[in-house]
Amino acid sequence: MAGFELFPPPSLWDNLRLFWQFEDMNVLWVLMGSVLLGMSASVIGGFAFLRKRALIGDALAHAALPGVMMAFLLFQTRDPLIIFIGALCSSFIGFFLIDWLPKNTKIKADAALAITLSFFFAIGLMLLSFIQGMEVNNKSGLDKILFGQAAAMTEGDIKLLGYVTVFVLVTVVLFFQKFRLIAFNQAYARTLGIAVNRYELLLALLIVMSVVVGLQLVGVVLMAAVLLTPMAAARYWSNQLAHILIIAALLGALSALISTQISYLAPAMPTGPWMVVSLSVLFILSLLFAPQKGLIKQHLNYKRLRQKVAEENVLRTLYKLHEGHPFSHHHFTQADIQSFRNMPSSCLQNTLKQLCKKGLTECTTQGFTLTPEGIKKATQLTRRHRLWENYLNEQAALSPDQVHQQAERIEHILTDAQEAQLQQELSNSQQDPHGNQIPSSVPSSIQSPVHSKEGGGRN
Amino acid sequence: MINDIWILATASLVAAACALVGVFLILRRQALMGDAISHSVLLGIVLAYLITDSRALPIMLGGAVIIGLLTAWLSDTLNRVGKLQSDASIGIVFTLFFAIGVILISLYAGQIDLDQECVLYGEIAFIPFDTLHIGGGGNLNDGFEIGPRAFWAIAVVFIIVLISIIVAFNRLQTVAFHPKLALSLGINIVFWHYFLMTLVSMTTVASFDAVGAILVVALLVIPASSAYLIAKSLKTMLWFAVGYSQASVAIGYTLAYQLDSSISASIAVSAGVLLFLTIAILQVQKWRQRHKKEILNSHHKYNRL
Repeated sequence: MAGFELFPPPSLWDNLRLFWQFEDMNVLWVLMGSVLLGMSASVIGGFAFLRKRALIGDALAHAALPGVMMAFLLFQTRDPLIIFIGALCSSFIGFFLIDWLPKNTKIKADAALAITLSFFFAIGLMLLSFIQGMEVNNKSGLDKILFGQAAAMTEGDIKLLGYVTVFVLVTVVLFFQKFRLIAFNQAYARTLGIAVNRYELLLALLIVMSVVVGLQLVGVVLMAAVLLTPMAAARYWSNQLAHILIIAALLGALSALISTQISYLAPAMPTGPWMVVSLSVLFILSLLFAPQKGLIKQHLNYKRLRQKVAEENVLRTLYKLHEGHPFSHHHFTQADIQSFRNMPSSCLQNTLKQLCKKGLTECTTQGFTLTPEGIKKATQLTRRHRLWENYLNEQAALSPDQVHQQAERIEHILTDAQEAQLQQELSNSQQDPHGNQIPSSVPSSIQSPVHSKEGGGRN
Repeated sequence: MINDIWILATASLVAAACALVGVFLILRRQALMGDAISHSVLLGIVLAYLITDSRALPIMLGGAVIIGLLTAWLSDTLNRVGKLQSDASIGIVFTLFFAIGVILISLYAGQIDLDQECVLYGEIAFIPFDTLHIGGGGNLNDGFEIGPRAFWAIAVVFIIVLISIIVAFNRLQTVAFHPKLALSLGINIVFWHYFLMTLVSMTTVASFDAVGAILVVALLVIPASSAYLIAKSLKTMLWFAVGYSQASVAIGYTLAYQLDSSISASIAVSAGVLLFLTIAILQVQKWRQRHKKEILNSHHKYNRL
C-alpha cells in the first residue's frame, strides 16, 4: 500500500473507506448481522460435524427453498418472519425425510441426503419459475436467496437475523455440556438419564434455524460450507471442544466480515461464494500451519523421528561392531557399518555427520568411533533391544528368530520406566535369545556415577 | 413443434445417461460424490471457456473431467492426509470449487454466455436455438444444420456411457457389489473408482446446458434410487432406472407445459414424486404382509389352544 498515493485513488479504495466510516447505518447493521451469522452457523455446524453429519446443512439449506417460495405464494408478501417460518417448515420436513428414508427403506444415508437435497431444490426452483411467470408485486429479489446478497438485505431481515443468531448462540452456551455429551457418546448420555431425543430435536431446530436465517446472506447453494468449513478448520488448532468452537466462531465471523465487505464494494458480486472462498483459504491455512496438527508440523515431526531412528540405528551398529572386536581397533569405516546394516550411503553419511555434531561419535582418519557419551546411549539402546527380545521370547512365546524385527522397532520408543519394568518381569536379564549378553544399565567401560533408573518415572 | 421434439429428445437422453451412471453411484454409496462433482464441474466449464475461448465439446468435456477427477482426488486426499471425515472433505472441496465458478461467472459476466440462473436451471427451452453445423468451413452459420449442440453433446456422452457399461459390465458389477472380492480378484478398484468419476463428470457437463449444475443431482440420484428399491439384479436395476427417468421426463414436460414452469425443475420434481410413490406402494405392501402374518400368527395360537 506504500505507493498508493502516487496514483489517483481508485474508486475501490474510496468505497472501502466509505464502508468503514459507516455513514450508512445500514452497512453497520448488515455487517453485525453477518458476523453474528458466521459465528452461530459455525458453532452449530460444529455439532453437526461431530455427529458425522457434516453435509446436513447442505441438504437443509436446499430444503428451505420450497418453503420460501410457498410462503411467498400463499401470503404474497416478503415479510421476513413469514418467509422464515415457511423456510423453517420445509427445512424441517427435509430433516425428517433424511432421517426417515434410511431407517424405513433400503435407501442408504448418503443417497437419502442427495435425494432430499435435489428433490426439494427442484420443487423450489419449479415454484420460483412459476412465480416469475406470475403477475405479482415485489417478486424481484426472491432469487437472491440462491446465492445470497448481503447488500440486498432489508432492515427487517437483519433484525430477524440478529434475534435468531443470538438465540442460537445463547442456547448452545446454556446446553453446552449436554450437547457435548450427546455429540461424543450418545449411549452414555442415555444411561445418564438425559432425554437424548429432546436435545437432538433442539439441536436440529438450531441447525435449521441458522441455515434458514443465513439464506439471504450466503445463499441456498453454499450454506453447507458455512456450517462445515469453520469447524473443519478449527479442529486443527485445538483438542478441546470449547476452544474448537470458539475458534470456529472466530473464523466464521472473519469470513463473514470479508465477504460482506466485498458484497458492498462490488454489488454485482454474490456474497455466498466469497464467504466460501475466504473460509476455504482459512481452512487451507489451518491445515498447513496449525501449530500441532498442521501438515507442515506433522511432516517436520515425521522427519525428525526418521532422523532419530536412523541415528539410533547407526549407534547400535557401532555398538555391535565394538562388541565383535572387543580388544582390537575401535575405529570403523562406513563399509564396516554397512556390512551390518543395509543403509544407503548418502543417508549413512548424513546420519554420521549429525552424530559427530552431537558428540556421540568421533570422526578420525581411521574411521568412526563412539565417544563415551555415544557408548552410553548405544548401550542403553542395545539393552532395551535385547530386553524386549527376551520379553517376547519369554512372555509371548515367540521363537528367537521372530523377535528381532519387533525389537528393532520398539527400541526407539521404550522409556526408562518401561525398561526397569521389563527387567523386573524377566527371569533372565543376562542374555538375549540369540545368546548375546544384555549390557547392564550402567556401561562398564565408563563407570559413571550411579543413575537411579528405577526412581525416574519421567519419559 | 420441431423445437419441442429436440427439447424432449435432449431431456430424455440427459435423463437416461444420468440414470445409468447414477445406478453405480447408488450402489457404490457415492451419491454425495455425484452431488460434489456436479457442482464442481461448473468450475471446469468456466475455466475451459475462459482459457480456450471456445465451447467445443471436447474442450468442455476435458475441462469437466479434469475438475471432476480433481474433486474426487482432493476429497480423498483430504480424508487421508487431513484426517477429516469423508463427507466433510467432499463438502469442503466442492463448495470451494463451486464458489470459485460462480465468482468467475460474475467477474466475466460480459464474456461468458453463462449466468447464475442458467447454472441453476439450465436453459433447456433455449436449446433448439444453439445449433451445430457441419461443412461450410469455419463460419458457424454456413453449412448444414444438424440440430442443437446440447443434443449432440449428450448423445455422444450417452453412447460413451452405454458402451462403457456394456463392455465393462462384469467388472463394474463386481466393484459395485463386492469391492473386497474385487480387490482379492486383483481388480484395480482405484482405477474403476476414477473411471466412474470420469463418467459422472462427462454426464454432468453434457447435461449442464439442459438442466444446470444442481438439478442434475436429482437425475443422477433419484431414478437410480427408485430402481434400487425394486430391482433384484444390476441389469434390471439399470433398466428400471432408465424407465423411471423416461417417465419423469414425460410427466415433467407435461407438468411444465401446464404450469408454465421451468422444464428441468419439473422433470426433477416428477422424478422425486415417482420415487415417493414407489416408496409409498412398498410401505403399503410391507404393512399388508405384516398384517397378514399377524393374522396367521393369531390363527396358529387359536388352533393350538
